[in-house]
Amino acid sequence: MREFGYQRAYDVSGAVALLDGDGEARFLGGGTNLVDLMKTGVERPARLVDVRELPLNRVEPAEDGGLRIGATVTNSDLAAHLEVRRRYPALAQAVLAGASGQLRNMATVGGNLLQRTRCGYFADVTSPCNKRDPGSGCPAITGEHHNHAVLGASGHCVATHPSDMGVALAAFDASVSYETADGAGKLPLADFYLPVGETPHLETALPPGALITGVTLPPTATAANSRYRKVRERASYAFAIGSVAAALDVRDGLVHDVRLAFGAVASRPWRARAAERALTGSPADAEHFAAAADAELAAARPLPHNGYKVTLMRNLVVAVLSELAEEAAR
Amino acid sequence: MPPSTSSDLTLSVNGEKYTLTVDHRTTLLDALRERLDMTGTKKGCDQGQCGACTVLLDGRRSVACLQLAVAAEGREITTIEGVAEGERLHPVQQAFLDLDGFQCGYCTPGQICSAIAVIEEHAAGWPSAVTGDVRPEAGPPPLTPEEIRERMSGNLCRCGAYVSIVQAVARAAEESNKGAAA
Amino acid sequence: MTTATRGAVGTAHPRVEGRDKVTGAARYAGEIPFAELAHGWLVLSTVARGRIRALDTDAVLAMPGVLTVLHHHNAPRVDTDYTGMMGSPPDPTVGLFQHDRVPHMGWPVALVVAETSEQAREAAEALVVHYDREPHDVAFSAGREAEAYALDGHMPAVVEKGDLEAGLAASAVVVDAEYTTPEEHHNPMEPHAAAARWDGGRLEVVDSNQGTGWVAGELASLFSLDPASVRVRSEHVGGGFGSKGVRAHQVAAVMAATVLQRPVRVVMTRRQMFSLAGHRSPTAQRVRLGADADGRLLALEHRSLNQTSAFYDFVEPSAASSRSMYAADAHHTASRLVKLDVPTPTWMRAPGEASGSFALESALDELAERCGIDPIELRVRNEPEVGPVSGLPFGSRNLIPCFREGARRFGWDGRDPRPGVRREGRWLLGTGTAAASFPTLAMPSTAALTAEADGTFTVRINAADIGTGARTALTLVAADVLEVPADRVRVRIGDSDLGAASIAGGSAGTRSWGWAVTAAAQELRRSLPPGADIPPEGVTVRSNTAEALGALAQKERHAYGAQFAEVAVDPATGEVRVRRMLGLFAAGRIVNPLTARNQFVGGMIWGISMALHEEAVRDRASGGLYGADLAGYHVAAHADIPHIEADWVDDPDPDDPVGIKGIGEVGIVGAAAAVANAVWHATGVRHRDLPIRPDRVLLAGGDA
Repeated sequence: MREFGYQRAYDVSGAVALLDGDGEARFLGGGTNLVDLMKTGVERPARLVDVRELPLNRVEPAEDGGLRIGATVTNSDLAAHLEVRRRYPALAQAVLAGASGQLRNMATVGGNLLQRTRCGYFADVTSPCNKRDPGSGCPAITGEHHNHAVLGASGHCVATHPSDMGVALAAFDASVSYETADGAGKLPLADFYLPVGETPHLETALPPGALITGVTLPPTATAANSRYRKVRERASYAFAIGSVAAALDVRDGLVHDVRLAFGAVASRPWRARAAERALTGSPADAEHFAAAADAELAAARPLPHNGYKVTLMRNLVVAVLSELAEEAAR
Repeated sequence: MPPSTSSDLTLSVNGEKYTLTVDHRTTLLDALRERLDMTGTKKGCDQGQCGACTVLLDGRRSVACLQLAVAAEGREITTIEGVAEGERLHPVQQAFLDLDGFQCGYCTPGQICSAIAVIEEHAAGWPSAVTGDVRPEAGPPPLTPEEIRERMSGNLCRCGAYVSIVQAVARAAEESNKGAAA
Repeated sequence: MTTATRGAVGTAHPRVEGRDKVTGAARYAGEIPFAELAHGWLVLSTVARGRIRALDTDAVLAMPGVLTVLHHHNAPRVDTDYTGMMGSPPDPTVGLFQHDRVPHMGWPVALVVAETSEQAREAAEALVVHYDREPHDVAFSAGREAEAYALDGHMPAVVEKGDLEAGLAASAVVVDAEYTTPEEHHNPMEPHAAAARWDGGRLEVVDSNQGTGWVAGELASLFSLDPASVRVRSEHVGGGFGSKGVRAHQVAAVMAATVLQRPVRVVMTRRQMFSLAGHRSPTAQRVRLGADADGRLLALEHRSLNQTSAFYDFVEPSAASSRSMYAADAHHTASRLVKLDVPTPTWMRAPGEASGSFALESALDELAERCGIDPIELRVRNEPEVGPVSGLPFGSRNLIPCFREGARRFGWDGRDPRPGVRREGRWLLGTGTAAASFPTLAMPSTAALTAEADGTFTVRINAADIGTGARTALTLVAADVLEVPADRVRVRIGDSDLGAASIAGGSAGTRSWGWAVTAAAQELRRSLPPGADIPPEGVTVRSNTAEALGALAQKERHAYGAQFAEVAVDPATGEVRVRRMLGLFAAGRIVNPLTARNQFVGGMIWGISMALHEEAVRDRASGGLYGADLAGYHVAAHADIPHIEADWVDDPDPDDPVGIKGIGEVGIVGAAAAVANAVWHATGVRHRDLPIRPDRVLLAGGDA
């Protein structure tokens, strides 16, 4: 780890000013990902601007009836928040499914969105990696990739986004607020992550030097009947090999509204819009749930050792939507 | 002018103030172990992947290996050295000792600090990943062995003392409930 | 000797160092302060095979705080041409920085020493090393058997009795199956750490190891020192599991302390441990069992292919443990090696037995299925009278009582043998069983026992407590012979100055040390009449068990166990959860039920972890490991472990003065097979490749 300067910011404009668009400086939130990456040498900032004490640690009602979540709200506080648990239970479940109690106490909402992939080649600086070192190659495509992407990847990178929280946010149409020296801005989560293409090192649409200030959830009644299911290679404290955030509104046996997003299958939380389209207006039964999953997964391009994810995601969609349909019927 | 790469700061550990100059690279874990000679907080992986370095920051369990010391200024740090009351062990420590909630002992301080927080988080009504219904109307989940296991999963124990650790946490939580009721 | 209080042995006793461990007061090797301590950071190769062409040390030496960079041009010379305690020359990996060859990814190429650990780390990361790369080969697979060779390790490689093909041909039922286990890593929670310094002409090393005498002896040989001038201490050890012998960190610390003439500490990072601390070889095994219609074995073949490094032979004898398990007229077992450009494997908890029992005990379950016989009954029918291959009598063999008692407690009787028929919500349920065995060993040990003037007793023995509870067990053993309460006995361990004694390994520690402590205590009682005056310096007696051990008759000496597991499998997601587990053991006299139960259960948890989680993935292109950390290499977490019970049947070893056999390793043996057999019972699918990952379960299908 190289030597670096450290400054603590106490207000948003001060934080943005301290960073000053410096490409060698980074905002430090909970540090659970950044400090680890500094230890492995993936990140070598010259300067850190500590934003953990910014007054962005509240979850508040938004004007439109949704929720506004400050960027420095910890994962723990988000998952424990009564309104989140009442109105967006899948979001609380997703956050609780991530990392450990210790890490959730440290990690922030803003940092969670910006966390980097857990691809083992990315984390190992002695290995080539197009995301870390553009143009150096992607060893995962011909090497170890049994937990890599099946959707939206490219011949340049097949890494997945590791967030659980982001999957629920994607399902609920969240948007991300940020601040730059030129003022505030807002990006729908759907546009927040860039396509992989030939530039896997460019991950988000945030302008340079921007500070994430919060996430806004629009009001949606469907979200109250929602669920997050995560499959991993041990029962806890592991990243997903596949996950689903789903919300379902069934009226007269037909799907009135459905929200579906996948985790651990793409370079970003994957909103399953094709599946949602296929399902809306259909009977709420396992057969149609499976057909909807197939509609989404038709775009999957598995590698030799991760094709199981297509089966896994299909099964997860059916299982989670069936549970939600059952609950709605109660 | 390049920014300074070290700072003079005051750390508040177990109720005592310590003034020191730290290289910004120094983690809270290394500051405790190398600078303040408080070696009860253990370094198992130095990457947030094992929980051996668990301490309480402002009462909340955190991994000290991913916490920069310079960023811990102004926060109240509680380590394993600070959880007993004098000679009287904390109920979690006593339960670990009585029920043999460890073998080699290296993950133990982290397990104990984590368990203290687990009991408090549960008392505050926090759900976990195995809580059947996270909606507030469902009420707080009982602290079953399954709940304890999920909540303690950020603390690896390679000796495999998990079964007795869960028993120790359950016993300490029961005592804490009795204390709260009394 | 005052109060007569027999009965400490066999009664639960909290660990004598327990208070220190729960308060954080117990100090481990990397935690002992030294004035003027410097910090060393190892630099490991980033190629899997080749030569070091150059190291750009100038830039690094100019960095803040850097004191020296040691590498093959300037490091002190060491001598690796000796026979070590284990009866073999050392793994050349400990001949640090002696040449320019790189034989595997992660080979130590330099040590950077600086004033602080932060400075040392940054300088180590900044050191540019130029290599001439050569093609490497790390591809382990069953297909390599043609180039493999047999080599005797701590057991003979190949043992053949009877006509195997004739036995198979005469069999009514034949099981012929291949099994694989992956590369596994010990990952004790405490990383390897050592601090070295010269003090008045003596080399003092504070280290984390499984035997200070062992490490001191190796360091003396390596550095051509008088053994009496080397002292190694290891008071508390944060787990070892076979990985904590002499390793690069101690050698590097001694080199740097010698060059700089100040104390130097070297601690491995978790990632470095994956290439420097040894591993369990992957295995590709084939088992062929031939039986008559009643399930009586006529032929048993167990072949195992294991890997070793290109430069040193380490044999994991995965087939050898089958030799003492079941009787068959034709009985062939063979462990063979293939050399690859990987670090040398080493002992890891039940080396051979853990991986071998997965194959053999899975195959037994397959045979039970094919014969339509209950798996326990099958084992009863194949219970040998004497060693199946050796013909030697058993010391004591209480395997069947373990199965009988275990079956009763687990609720095995009346089990529906059909697979894939029990469902509870999304889960398919199944139960499985397997046998466990591990050799009963002992190594010569010396002990000193002092009757102090204040009426207490001090035991001095160079034991190692790596989490086993040995310190407490020896306290209880001494208290019983001396007929005093345990709190009158102090036990000092973990210091090479205490004399020669067994390492903590081979499940032999407590048996070996307990024997020496018993002998010393008996000698003290003989030489010190009741009521005798004790001089201020106390009265000290010494013991040495070498002669007694040498006089032991040849027998098949083993501990045994019966493992039971219940699992739930979600065929839609491939998730496998162990719901409960029971182990019943016959493992000699149990000294401290509290710590023994914990250790048995810990072994069983290793079995669950082996069955479902653990797998080091070697990247064929780079030759290194993919995801070499505790997020990439999964060991079981709290949530993976259900309530587990371990208990034992009465089984004192008749030839041991305390009746001890040893319990450290038998708990893992058979545990993975019990889980795999339960997964078959749940789903109807045999999983012969570990770990049983969700993707494997999902692709294998089953009664979804």
